[in-house]
Amino acid sequence: MSLAVTCRDVVKGFGSGDARVMALRGVTLDVRAGEMTLLVGPSGCGKTTLISAIAAMLTPDSGDITVFGENLRKMPRRKVTAFRGGTVGFVFQQYNLLPALTCVENASIPLRVLGRPAGEANRRATELLDRLGLAEHRHRFPAELSGGQQQRVAIARALVHDPRLVVCDEPTASLDAANGQAAMALLRELAIKPGRAVIVVTHDERIFRFADRIAHMADGHIETVSDLEAAAA
Amino acid sequence: MAVVALRMLFGDRAKYFGLVLGVAFATLLVTQQGGMFVGLMTRTASVIADIQEADIWVMDPQAKYIDTVRALRATELPRVRGVEGVAWAVPLFKTSAPVKTLDGRIDNALVLGVDDASLIGLPRQILLGRPEDLWRPDAIAIDQAGFIRLWPGEKLQLGRELELNDHRAVIVAITQASAAFSANIIIHAPFTRAVTFLPQGRDTLSFVLARAAPGRSAASVAQAISRQTGLQALSAADFRWKTISFYLANTGIPISFGLVIVLGVFVGIAVVGLTFNTFVAENIRQYGALKAMGLSDLRLTGLVLLQGAVVGLVGYGLGLGIAALFFNFATQPPGALRGFNLPWWIAAGDAVVTGLIVLLAMFASLRRVLVLDPAIVFRG
Repeated sequence: MSLAVTCRDVVKGFGSGDARVMALRGVTLDVRAGEMTLLVGPSGCGKTTLISAIAAMLTPDSGDITVFGENLRKMPRRKVTAFRGGTVGFVFQQYNLLPALTCVENASIPLRVLGRPAGEANRRATELLDRLGLAEHRHRFPAELSGGQQQRVAIARALVHDPRLVVCDEPTASLDAANGQAAMALLRELAIKPGRAVIVVTHDERIFRFADRIAHMADGHIETVSDLEAAAA
Repeated sequence: MAVVALRMLFGDRAKYFGLVLGVAFATLLVTQQGGMFVGLMTRTASVIADIQEADIWVMDPQAKYIDTVRALRATELPRVRGVEGVAWAVPLFKTSAPVKTLDGRIDNALVLGVDDASLIGLPRQILLGRPEDLWRPDAIAIDQAGFIRLWPGEKLQLGRELELNDHRAVIVAITQASAAFSANIIIHAPFTRAVTFLPQGRDTLSFVLARAAPGRSAASVAQAISRQTGLQALSAADFRWKTISFYLANTGIPISFGLVIVLGVFVGIAVVGLTFNTFVAENIRQYGALKAMGLSDLRLTGLVLLQGAVVGLVGYGLGLGIAALFFNFATQPPGALRGFNLPWWIAAGDAVVTGLIVLLAMFASLRRVLVLDPAIVFRG
């Protein structure tokens, strides 16, 4: 199986002098394509820093991160933003939907960022929303939806441009158990494809069963990586 | 993505209206005060502007502006007439006098004595009566606003009598004179009658009004008059500007209006800046999400600038519209603000000022968006 992401001795610290905090202390991790990998560990262990670096939103102090063959450290700054827009899809804990936009408009944003025409972007977003069971809520605003429905819109937004890597940060933290399970099932169903990968940061043990592999982090490094048989597979 | 920016802006109605009202308030303050200032300064030289037939004003060499009147000798008039390039020259008498109506109402009037024969110096717009009636005994013309001031609530009518420094005067014409800076009532009378209204010294010739011969410029003829007579001769345009300049330099009016305008600009920057900053702060995660999803700093800057431009345009339009309504309705004659208007260049200048207000107000917010770490979206 090919590798989607490789991290080699990734180090990242914040602050300086006595106040310097090392968030990543030499992380080495492989994320395989076609799989869902969960990053788990206690708060402050560096999970968010690691996915920020993998998603090209943070530059490590040292070490290398390669995403689908592209070494992020060697990538010119101006290309990083375009790379992120075209290659990575995001699902956030707080959804981060734009409250003034309808569900379709929210879901179509990544395609609009990529410069696709509004009609095409909306058509693709509509298809995804329909598959996610939100057909009748397409033209509603986020505030008119439940938390579970908002997270499904966020999943549609993360997948609308068919990214090779989907990064999710605590996607079920704001949802009840049923909605959390449903969101993860949808994510697995729609995002896991050959040549694509999903990385999920979570504390929620109830969703461990959706993972192919679970990387346990502690104190800025990967402690163990366990292979699982994905229940949803 | 422009639609996204606009929907973000319009989506938060309270802030959007706050931003627009901030810009509109600043625009209104700057344009309204700017127009009032220009109107007031123009008023200082309204007498010069009203006498359109004369393009040259001749006066005492020491005269600094239209209200420093030191009478010339009567012989100066034919001397001016004798200068080559002068088409014609007529006398003008200018003074102020107390007026009293028969029912005891008193006020102060600007009295202008115009050429007996030609009546050059009389306002062109006569609302009631005929100019030639000024040749009748005791006849005077009064401006509409002056009439209303002396007889408030009464219909304009000819034949009313008043006392001008204890001399009987009969109104035979009502004019539409431009408002003067220092008087509420403007009275015109033939020169020889006007000088009898007030005790005068030996000389009564306040100004000589002249016209350059066809093909000659007013400025060059004025120079010739100065050279030959030793008097101060200026083109009407130059004299007008000299008078306005005197008031600009010697009164607190520019400072007073200037402070209000500067205050308007600062209030605009403060209100728009703070509101926009709050708007950005409350939407910072949305900006962060857009950045995370691959929106470049350049395009993000474009979105923020578009939001600012819309706020600026709508606010400017609203402020300018209110200012225009003010000038349209509040300055109708014979009201106290008659003649005040909103010159196009004040509106254009304020467009630049508004642009600067919006840009300055947005600067801090824009910086906040540009330095925004997209990883903010991962923080709970």
